[in-house]
Order: sequence, then C-alpha cells, then structure tokens
Amino acid sequence: MTSPGSAGRRSRLANQLLSYSVPVLAVLGALAIGAVMLAMLGANPFSGFWAMAKGAFGSSGALVETALKSTPLLLVGVGITIAFRANVINIGGEGQMVSGALATTVIALGMTDVPSWIALPLALLAGLVGGAIWGAIPGALKAYFGVNEILSTIMLNVVAVQAMNFLLRAPLIDPKEIERGTRIPQTARLPESTDLPLFVENGRLHIGPFIGVLAAVLVYMLLWRTTSGYRLRAVGQSGDAARYSGMSVERNVVWALTLSGAMAGLAGAILVLGSEGHRMVTDGSTIGFTGSAGFNGIVTALFGGLHPLWTIPSSFLFGGLLVGAIALQRAAQVPTALVLALNGLVVLFVVSLDRYRRQLKEREERSASAIAIDQEGDDGSPPPSGKDLEDG
Amino acid sequence: MADIFTSAVIVATLSSGIRLAVPLLLASVGEAFGQRSGVLNLGVDGIMLLGAFGGYYTTLKTQSPWMGLAAGLAIGMALGLLSSVISVSLLAEQGISGIGVYLFGLGMSDLLFQRLVGTPLPVKSFPKVPIPGLSEIPVLGDLFFNHSLPIYLAFLAVPVSTLIINRTRFGMNIRAVGENPEAADSQGVSVVKVRYAAVTIGGLMAGAAGAVLAVGLGIFQQNLTNAQGFIAIALVYFGAWRPLGVMAGALVYGMVSAVVLLLKTRGIIPLGASDLAAMIPAIITVLALVFAARRFRAPTALTKPFMRGG
Repeated sequence: MTSPGSAGRRSRLANQLLSYSVPVLAVLGALAIGAVMLAMLGANPFSGFWAMAKGAFGSSGALVETALKSTPLLLVGVGITIAFRANVINIGGEGQMVSGALATTVIALGMTDVPSWIALPLALLAGLVGGAIWGAIPGALKAYFGVNEILSTIMLNVVAVQAMNFLLRAPLIDPKEIERGTRIPQTARLPESTDLPLFVENGRLHIGPFIGVLAAVLVYMLLWRTTSGYRLRAVGQSGDAARYSGMSVERNVVWALTLSGAMAGLAGAILVLGSEGHRMVTDGSTIGFTGSAGFNGIVTALFGGLHPLWTIPSSFLFGGLLVGAIALQRAAQVPTALVLALNGLVVLFVVSLDRYRRQLKEREERSASAIAIDQEGDDGSPPPSGKDLEDG
Repeated sequence: MADIFTSAVIVATLSSGIRLAVPLLLASVGEAFGQRSGVLNLGVDGIMLLGAFGGYYTTLKTQSPWMGLAAGLAIGMALGLLSSVISVSLLAEQGISGIGVYLFGLGMSDLLFQRLVGTPLPVKSFPKVPIPGLSEIPVLGDLFFNHSLPIYLAFLAVPVSTLIINRTRFGMNIRAVGENPEAADSQGVSVVKVRYAAVTIGGLMAGAAGAVLAVGLGIFQQNLTNAQGFIAIALVYFGAWRPLGVMAGALVYGMVSAVVLLLKTRGIIPLGASDLAAMIPAIITVLALVFAARRFRAPTALTKPFMRGG
C-alpha cells in the first residue's frame, strides 16, 4: 500500500488519538472521584494512590499478583469483545465463569492417576465447554425465540450460582468436610496432575496469564483474519446487510455468545486450577467465587476499546487496581471495595462519553474512506480480509 | 414430616412468602415505569444495595426504621436521577451503563458499611400493624392483614401504578414516549422530562426496596441483595410490563423462597437440595421470557435513546 497524503493522515491520526483518549479520560475521571472519596475517608489521596501503584506494580512479586488477578479480567473481557462486536450484550460472564469452573472441577476430580499432559488440557477444555454451553443457551434463545440476551444471561447467572451451591454442598463436597462435620461447601483438593504449571518452583506465577494472552491473540486473529470472524463483525455492524449478503444472523448470534461464554468459562477454569487451595469453594454467591470478574471484565473490554489485543494492557491495569487496593487497605484502612466502586464509575464515564467517541470515529472513518478511495486504483481485491471493518 | 401441613405452618410460610416478595415487588414495579417509558435501567441491584445500606445505617443511628425508609427513598431518587442523566441526556448504551451503577452500588455500599459500621449490629425493624377487624379473620387474617406498613404499601403500589400508567395523563405520556418518542415529541410531550420522571420513580422504588429489605431483616452485609435487583428486571418482562403481572412474578419468587426456607430449616430436604429448589423460580423466569417473547411485545422504543431529529 502506498502511503496516503500526509494532510489526511495527520487529521486521521489526531481524531484517532482523541477517540483513544476517551477511555483514558474515563479512568482519570474515576480516579479523581476516587481521590475525593479517599479524602472523605480521611486518607491522603496522593499517598493512597502511591501505595496502590507500588502495591500493584512496584516489585516483581507485585507484578506477579497483578498478572494473576488480571487473567480472569482479560479472558472475560476478550469474551465480551466477541459478543459486543457481534452486537450482542453478554451480562452473563459471572454465570459462564461459574459453569466453566464447575465443568473443570468435575472433570479434574475424575483425573486421579491420569498423567498431567492429558489431565490438564482436558480440565481446561472442560472449562471452555462449560462456559460455551452457558453462553450458547442465551444465544439460541435470542436467535430462535427472540429472548432478550441481557435478561437471559442475567437469569442464567442466578441459575449458575444455585447450581454451584448445590454441587459444592452435596455431590461434590470434600468427603472430609462431612467426616469432620464442618460441611464447608468446597471440593476436595483437585488431583495434582491438574495443577497449572508454575514458572518458578514454589513461586506464585502459573501459566494462567499466558493462556489469557494467547487466547486474546487467537480471538484477535479469529475476528480479523478469518471469514468466520468477518461474519461475526458483519452481523454486528448491520444484521440486515449481513442477511442480504446471505449470512445467517441467527447462527452468528449463537456463535458469538458461545465463544464469549467459552472465554469466561476458561477464566473460571483457571481460577479453580490456579487457586491457592487447588479446589473450588463457594460462599453462596457468584461474586464470592469470581470476585465480580464477570462484570469487571466488561470494564476491561470497554477500556480496551472492545479490541482483544488492547484488552491485554487494559486487564493488567484493572488487575493492578485490584491488587493495589489490598496495599491501600493495609496503608490507609480503606476497604478494597473502593476499587469496585471506581470500576463502576469507569463504566459510567465510558458509556457517557461514548457518543463523543463515536462522533470522533465517524470523522476518522470519513477521512479514512477518502484515503481508501484514493487507493482503489491500485488495489482491486475485495475487502473481506477485513481491515475496513476494524474500528477499535 | 406431617406437621408441616398443619394450618399454622402453612399460614406462616405463605405469610413469609409475601414478605420475601416485597423487595422484588417494589423494585420491579419501579423498573416497569422506566421500561414503559423506553429506558432499561440495569442498575437496580446497585441502587437497592445503596438504599439498603442507607436504610440500615440511618435506622442504626436514629433508631427509627421510618427514617431508614426515608433514607432509602432519598438515595434511590438520587441514583435514579443519575441514571436518567446517563441514559436519557447522555444517550448511553443502556445494556452497559446500568452495570456501572451496579458495580458502583455494590462497591460503595460495602465500602461504607465496612468504614462506618464494621461489625453487623442488628437494627429495629418495622412494627407489625394488624388491621383492626380484618386481622381477626382466621387464616386469612394472619396471612394478609398482619404485616408491617411497608408491606401493605408495596402491594397498594400495584393498583396505584396500574392506574397511573393506564388512566392518567402522565401515564399516557410514559406509554407514548416508550412506544413512539418521535410522535410524542411532535405532540409537544417532552420525551426527556417524561423519561427522567419515569426512571427516577424506578430509582426511588429500588431504593425503597433496598431499605425495606435491610431494615426488614434488621441487618446489612456485603451484597445483601444477592442479585435480587437483576431478578426484578427480569420480572418486568415476566409480568409483560404490567404491575399486576410483575406482582405475580414477585409472589412466585417469594413463595418458592419461603417454601425452600421452610423445608431447609425443618431438615426435610438436605441442605444441598434446597439450592436446587431455589433454582426453580429462575428457570420459570427463563421459560416465561421465552413465552413472553412471542406473546407480549416490549415497548417499541425500549433501550433506544431519543434524540430530536436523530
């Protein structure tokens, strides 16, 4: 491709930068409110944020914790990008994480005396499948019965949490808990063959974060380098246009929610297999298990501009906030729940600024299409390789 | 085992089912107002949680459950207004913005609770107000006429809301902006004002629902609602956007919860199986969504932001 006219390029770049600045502004806005909240709670905002930053990124141990905390956010976030690109809203990350984790737990418990190279991939795959099923159901309900996916994913979160409580209190409960009579709703320690391999012996860093990054790259390639991904995005851009060109909107809606759920399910699998106790525990609520990652993943994806690759640094930032909050609690006795409240504010800022971002993007696309028309002479090939649909 | 079929136990269970239905009922009737006007507020659970904390904390400090309820109403109204600004004025994507309100409420209520209260102290609940005469009727009296005031008011809200939506100018405007905002706008109805009002009513009722939940139980804890606000949103669909239908859905939830609680505390079903039973209303709701999707039409402009000339 020849380089486009420099004037057009400059304005396009400027618009692009401005449109990227929206999520950054959102986080800055949330942090500003966070600073006010810290001050009201009697903590110095500057030393508070400094303690957070140090706690999250200040040492190799901190970075490891941040990487571990950001993994579920990354995977759920990547799943959210798939759904949103296909114009379906997935609020069911929590339930999909739980169902993936349950599938992983069931399979892993049956893997005693199975070598690790079989047991571990199977356990991870079970998580993918468990989450995929929990995504496929609302997908099919939307595609074939016209059920609003926001509602069905919400309700499936509720079903998943009851299923978890049932399974962990009765059939899957650690037999020792019954012997002792303590009846803590948790499974037995999963077979060691399903432990996620560690990088340093007795260290904390397991391969979970790398699985997350790998999944993000694969999803990026799927969405922008394959026909199947092109179809997903085409359906997301305009269902009618996609239908006229012979694509099945229904099938793509199901596919998008299935993939989206699979990513959340994988997050659940890694949460169980990489947990310190190597077992699944419930406190009766989904967030007790997921730490709200099913919702926080939405924040991560929005901050990453609904782009799988940008979701990687985004999740690292939000994972860092979660880890930093623990340091903040130690330094200034501010409960970690502060971060959850700030995440909520980030969402509110992002969606409130979204119209402004869209205006900028439209301007950017107009200048981009002007460039594309300039170049049409030397490049006659049809576009389904997909770059032209990219807007993240 | 047989003793659970005595009339006293049945009445007590049904009566607790009615109590358990009330937070859901209040939240989802309020949500119905917003949805009829074309705005989906997904933040109900967050508003309920903050209303619950506000209600609990105020009751703790003032010893008056009524002040607690007032605090819940005020917090709900403020958050309803905030939700309207975001959804109506800033035209945000309604499928996501409410998640922001939810996360904010979930985090903030927990933060405030830990900072201001710490150890859960029980508070005084609403006193029971037996209705003279009616509460003397055997069985029915205990079932319907021996509750606290907020419970009567919550059920009174059902016919009142039906009247407002179907029989008043304001209700007509709500329906108009929910079905065809362009037409309503051209008739001189302010789409923005009507939607602000409807969403704020929803927030108000969600705040009240939270306060009634927390003060009714006499406690607060992290994530007290445990997703009841989300269920309330689904119940609006379940009830086909009509207060009466919403009430039916809330009662199904309340009754099943009460029965599950009874079976669990009496040890009739093992602890684990009660979770399985608690799943039933959620599954019923999913089936109802499937049924309703074909049968009842959602307000045409639901989730669609309105911009003049846009």
